[in-house]
Amino acid sequence: MSCSAPAEILMGRAWKYGDNIDTDVIFPGRFTYTAKGREEIAAHALEDLDPEFASGVRPGDIVLGGRNWGCGSSREQAVTTLLYNGIRVVVAVSFGRIFYRNAINQGLWALTVPPEAVASARHHGEVEIDLGSGLLRSSRGETPFQAPTSELRRIVEAGGLIPHVLSQLKEAGS
Amino acid sequence: MSPVSRFTPSTGRVPADDGTACTFAQKALARAAGLSEMPAVGSIVTARPEVVLSHDNTAAIVEIWRQLDQARVAIPDRLAITLDHAVPAPTPRHAANHAAIRRFVAEQGIRRFYEAGRGICHQVLSEEAEVSPGDLILGADSHTPHFGWLGAFGAGIGRTEVAALWATGELWLTVPDSLRVCIEGELSPWVSAKDLALTLIGREGADGALYRCVEFSGACVDRLGLSERMVLANMMAEFGAKASYLAPTGEVFEYLADRVAARKARESGFSESDIDSERQHVLERLRERALYPDPGAPGMEIRIDASRVQAQVSCPHTVDRTMDVSQLGRIPVDQAFLGTCTNGRLEDLELAHRVLRGRRLSSGTRLLIVPASSQIMAEAAERGWLVDFVAAGAMIGTPGCGPCMGNHMGVLAEGEVCISSANRNFRGRMGTRDAEIYLASPAVVAASAVAGRICSPEEVVL
Repeated sequence: MSCSAPAEILMGRAWKYGDNIDTDVIFPGRFTYTAKGREEIAAHALEDLDPEFASGVRPGDIVLGGRNWGCGSSREQAVTTLLYNGIRVVVAVSFGRIFYRNAINQGLWALTVPPEAVASARHHGEVEIDLGSGLLRSSRGETPFQAPTSELRRIVEAGGLIPHVLSQLKEAGS
Repeated sequence: MSPVSRFTPSTGRVPADDGTACTFAQKALARAAGLSEMPAVGSIVTARPEVVLSHDNTAAIVEIWRQLDQARVAIPDRLAITLDHAVPAPTPRHAANHAAIRRFVAEQGIRRFYEAGRGICHQVLSEEAEVSPGDLILGADSHTPHFGWLGAFGAGIGRTEVAALWATGELWLTVPDSLRVCIEGELSPWVSAKDLALTLIGREGADGALYRCVEFSGACVDRLGLSERMVLANMMAEFGAKASYLAPTGEVFEYLADRVAARKARESGFSESDIDSERQHVLERLRERALYPDPGAPGMEIRIDASRVQAQVSCPHTVDRTMDVSQLGRIPVDQAFLGTCTNGRLEDLELAHRVLRGRRLSSGTRLLIVPASSQIMAEAAERGWLVDFVAAGAMIGTPGCGPCMGNHMGVLAEGEVCISSANRNFRGRMGTRDAEIYLASPAVVAASAVAGRICSPEEVVL
């Protein structure tokens, strides 16, 4: 995973989907105990939802969803399959709670935004996200959202929970 | 008229009445975080779970944990590991995964390890009474809210979080809002806790309890058998819930005390009179540890009149697409699946047996039965049910998750339709993108296998 500090502004092409996108269509269960390595995990991204995604996605693209993105299983590959395709941020009206935790803990931005912010973006259109001020811009205008808290920023900017815990363990040991 | 109605006595985060009434979630997380004062809803606490659960995903967690450069797991006695998701191993890669887990278990001296064939994690830890009322259990499995059946706070977490827990014993958790669900009235014949759960999810949506702890109450809930309590708590994962809760009853305490005392007796070689006094001691301790929400605790309330709930079916490809079975058109079935942590228990097999005994599966329909644990399978064999199932034309699988998440046996072909007692009907869930999964109670699954189309048990058992 990338450990570089995230830019305050993320720009990319949008891949936009609907409500209740579950972890089985993000990363099918039939591969959960066998798929290993970045390339193999990346290859199955959204396989049962949008067969064009894995072949068409470019690093820096932005995924948008409606309500309850990532509901279902606890599988972490639902997050890593996006990360390994170069996705740095998923924007949704709400998230399945384990997906949300997994995203933060892997260093993937999961941003909760109002429905109109998602509605303003077009599938395959350009989207710009200002993390610092909490703004989502598209060709149809600008929508504010609540910027991530400092607690979450600390974990994501450390590159996820493991680097975060490593530094805590070092502090405790020193 | 819908059987579900909503009340919002206090929708905000302000506690009702004088502000001191607390939810179960607040009390459980206060205990797990060692706080002397109740944490506010929405605040973040650092909690130390009594039990940390993982299963076939343990090998992947070990790889993450190794990055933390720890020689020993900090909390080996709190780990519980079960092989259940793809058992027996269907491919060399799955077998290598299991082998890696066994090596880790031996290396770290993990006592609570349950081999392939013992059953599904949530069922096995319930049978082994490894979780007590008022405990916090965190699991790398989304159905960990299951443990609400016994009044514990169970929440699903990710693999990386489990690795962090192995190293530090603690994890951040937000104290969730609670959603109170009060169920009154009598269930109709052939209508079960699965139908209650599907009614609730269908009415409120798959995100109806997102981030919240669902706290059940009401006379109907208090009358539910232990197996039905598990169904209700387990299904709250499909409601978006972080955890769920049913107030523990006398039957819950007795069930757990029997098992804890029996285990202690096995381990320590107690005499019979010692077991009795040990059992009394355990019973008292369990009752002391139990937590109950205060009357007037904050949160929205939903009420359900159980007498108006009908047998439900959840249509592809989301759990909240529910309707009454009687409203569904003619849906022919290729496969029926009875099992899982939701509905693979003895009481579920008993219902199926009432439907299947002396009957044959419809030609063109196959039935796969996978008991949730080895104890359930042994008891069903003892009672002669397995013989009757086989005579009806059913297949019986090794205790475990079976085809629920499409990992191995019992997957579907393109264009096939499955009626399942599981908890998820997501696209591709049972291994094939272009197949359709309908969810229902065990009675509806068994009846559909006999009729060859989705139908209610009344149509089969006259």
